[in-house]
Amino acid sequence: MTSLNPALIIGTQVSEVVRLHQGLRGTRLRDRVLEALSRLRIPAAATRLRHYQHQLSGGMRQRVTSAIAMSCAPRLLIADEPTTSLDVTIQAQYLELLKEVQAATGVAVILVTHDFGIVAANADRVAVMYAGRIVEMGSTLQVFNSPGHPYTQALLRCLPDVELKRQELVEIGGQPPDLARLPPGCPFAPRCPRRQPVCDEAYPPAVPLGSGHVAHCWVASAAAA
Amino acid sequence: MILEGIGLTKHFPVTGGFTAGGVRGWIRAVDGVSVQVAEGETLGIVGESGSGKTTLARLFLLLERATAGALRFDGKDVRAFTRDDLARYRRSVQAVFQDPYSSLSPRMRVGHIVAEPLPARNGLGRAEVRERVGAVLDLVGLRRDSAALYPHEFSGGQRQRIAIARALMTYPKFIVLDEPVSALDVSIRAQILNLLKRLQERLGLAYLMISHDLAAARYLSTRLAVMYAGKVVEAGECEAVYTEPLHPYTQALLSAALPLHPSARRQRIVLAGEMSNPLNPPAGCRFHPRCPRAMAECRSREPEWKEVRPGRFTACHLY
Amino acid sequence: MTRYLVGRVLQTLLSMLVVISIVFVLTRLSGDPVNLLLDVNATERDQEVLTRYLGLDQPLPVQYGIYVRNIALGDFGKSVLTRRPVTEHIWERLPATVELGFVAMFMSVLIGIPLGMYSAVRRGGVADRAARIFAVLGQSMPTFWLGLMLILFFGVVLGVLPAGGRGSLAHLVLPAFTLGYFTSAAILRLTRSSMLEVLGSDYIKFARLKGLHEQVVLWKHGLKNALLPVVTFAVLLFVQFLGGAVVTETVCCRTP
Repeated sequence: MTSLNPALIIGTQVSEVVRLHQGLRGTRLRDRVLEALSRLRIPAAATRLRHYQHQLSGGMRQRVTSAIAMSCAPRLLIADEPTTSLDVTIQAQYLELLKEVQAATGVAVILVTHDFGIVAANADRVAVMYAGRIVEMGSTLQVFNSPGHPYTQALLRCLPDVELKRQELVEIGGQPPDLARLPPGCPFAPRCPRRQPVCDEAYPPAVPLGSGHVAHCWVASAAAA
Repeated sequence: MILEGIGLTKHFPVTGGFTAGGVRGWIRAVDGVSVQVAEGETLGIVGESGSGKTTLARLFLLLERATAGALRFDGKDVRAFTRDDLARYRRSVQAVFQDPYSSLSPRMRVGHIVAEPLPARNGLGRAEVRERVGAVLDLVGLRRDSAALYPHEFSGGQRQRIAIARALMTYPKFIVLDEPVSALDVSIRAQILNLLKRLQERLGLAYLMISHDLAAARYLSTRLAVMYAGKVVEAGECEAVYTEPLHPYTQALLSAALPLHPSARRQRIVLAGEMSNPLNPPAGCRFHPRCPRAMAECRSREPEWKEVRPGRFTACHLY
Repeated sequence: MTRYLVGRVLQTLLSMLVVISIVFVLTRLSGDPVNLLLDVNATERDQEVLTRYLGLDQPLPVQYGIYVRNIALGDFGKSVLTRRPVTEHIWERLPATVELGFVAMFMSVLIGIPLGMYSAVRRGGVADRAARIFAVLGQSMPTFWLGLMLILFFGVVLGVLPAGGRGSLAHLVLPAFTLGYFTSAAILRLTRSSMLEVLGSDYIKFARLKGLHEQVVLWKHGLKNALLPVVTFAVLLFVQFLGGAVVTETVCCRTP
């Protein structure tokens, strides 16, 4: 949302990409710009072109930024915490829109987020990261229903769920690791409830848990969450 | 002991451009909100930005004076408070804020920060204060020798514990929690939520919890109030509201809040547009421009606040 | 917008009124001009005549009223010392000051902004350090010393530039630089820090992500934002210049 330059009008910021990558000028440029904006369902796009970013709401700014990203038909879109600062209902609007755009263009999306709810509802495959490494990877169903890595399991148990009245949230002890001083072996070991001596010695290899599902863990097993 | 707000209203004046005096309009941040918190329970106030929930919290903390409506503590209206009453209120109602990084003064040692809420003349000697500080630090799971350190030496979760310890110093009965875990890393939130729950059971605390995180609110709340554009649109027992939301906005809100399991594609209610302008709310029901079930009546008449089922309140023409 | 401008103009008038009132009070407090003007041998009669002539026998509020009215009409009175109209004195000196002010301003902006930007872009490098040393020197050197040194070196030793007076562009170089050095240092540092802040922002990251040429990112996206505080500051400086660069002008003998 802070991706838009406060000193330039929206129109400039969208058209410069199109001009650079597609070499369009004049009316054709303008048409393409309006098309990009309307794909993200931005109302009154023609007027918006002359606005500055502060004249738009948070949700609208995010759509403009996404329109810029999608304007030159990319093959891959990396969305880094796209809805973190947005309200829940605006977030729902945005994610719905993203799905639409994806269905229409076939673009691949890497969605970076800390919100498991978003992952559960929008992702086909998930990679769970900890201390700079991917500790588990698989399809969404696999990772949520049968998480193999203790960190994934712990996360799923400690997050409050809007659809469940949990009796208890199981805490993950300890603190997130200091990246400057990582221990040898598995970085999650200090906080892991299933820690073994081997975990402190070497970083675990990928253990296959199912088709396309792996976890880097010495004691991994496809235990139900 | 009950803390209750009746018809609380807070309008902020908007001064026009250059003229220092002329008031151009009013931001109706909170408009006729009636809620109450009884000892030992947690009232969750949920809503999105612009709903007025933060202003409501500030009204309860007496950080803002209500434009209209009454705030009653133990039956007495705060406007009729004597100095002693006010002192007692401040002891009984404390707060924990959202950002553990800015709510603790970086220039003060933790012990000093935690002891701050004690009134100036509290009749306690230095040793007693130190003992009390140590006791609350124990309660929140921090070491007693933390008192000698500075906030920057602690992580986000630990700082929030310090903030909670500070709120416990005066033996309060009510704590206003303003987004207590929103600024914390997801793996740490459970620690703080569990701590709050434990403290509530152990000390008989009541919480007024403001949150935009519906999952966290569900975990802690016994009762829930949903706010939209300065008004409460639905209130009732927490589980009941979550399992059977009555007001269309609550339904949309819960539909938008994503659960933790990948379920079969369920019907999501996606609202169009954005929350109304607080300067100029729409006529009739404030939600009608976005409501998927708006009727003609909704555009002209504001719905009444009614008890639609036992313990379930809402303001909607559908009922 | 018009309301804002009207408001600012009114504020300006108000400030001016306050200033002239303070001047009025101070001059009335600081002694009797009658004694200054007259000879030691003057008689009481002479004193009386002069007092009446100067209007000093009138009650204060009346004096004040006349004072304000005259100023509004552009009559600033006559200098107590030289007996010539004050406006004449001002017109004698003002052009020189304005000239110097403009050139100094121009120089400091011309030096300060590009160096500041370059410093920010090449942060930590040799150029950055050199620029910052240049800035620190500029802000710590007293103007009179710098002025004298420059005159000595360029004017006397090298004989390249005139040592004083005014008349041509060459005459402006040394005093403008003397005056401008300090401010160019300030502008440099402000541009640098403002640019650094801008360069760290998300929209610059985003602009780079778009694939735009780095020069475009810096000048089109970065500069506009970075210059905001610099412009405010530069204008304030310029106003100070106009207010008088007494020391420099005296050293460089630009006052008649």
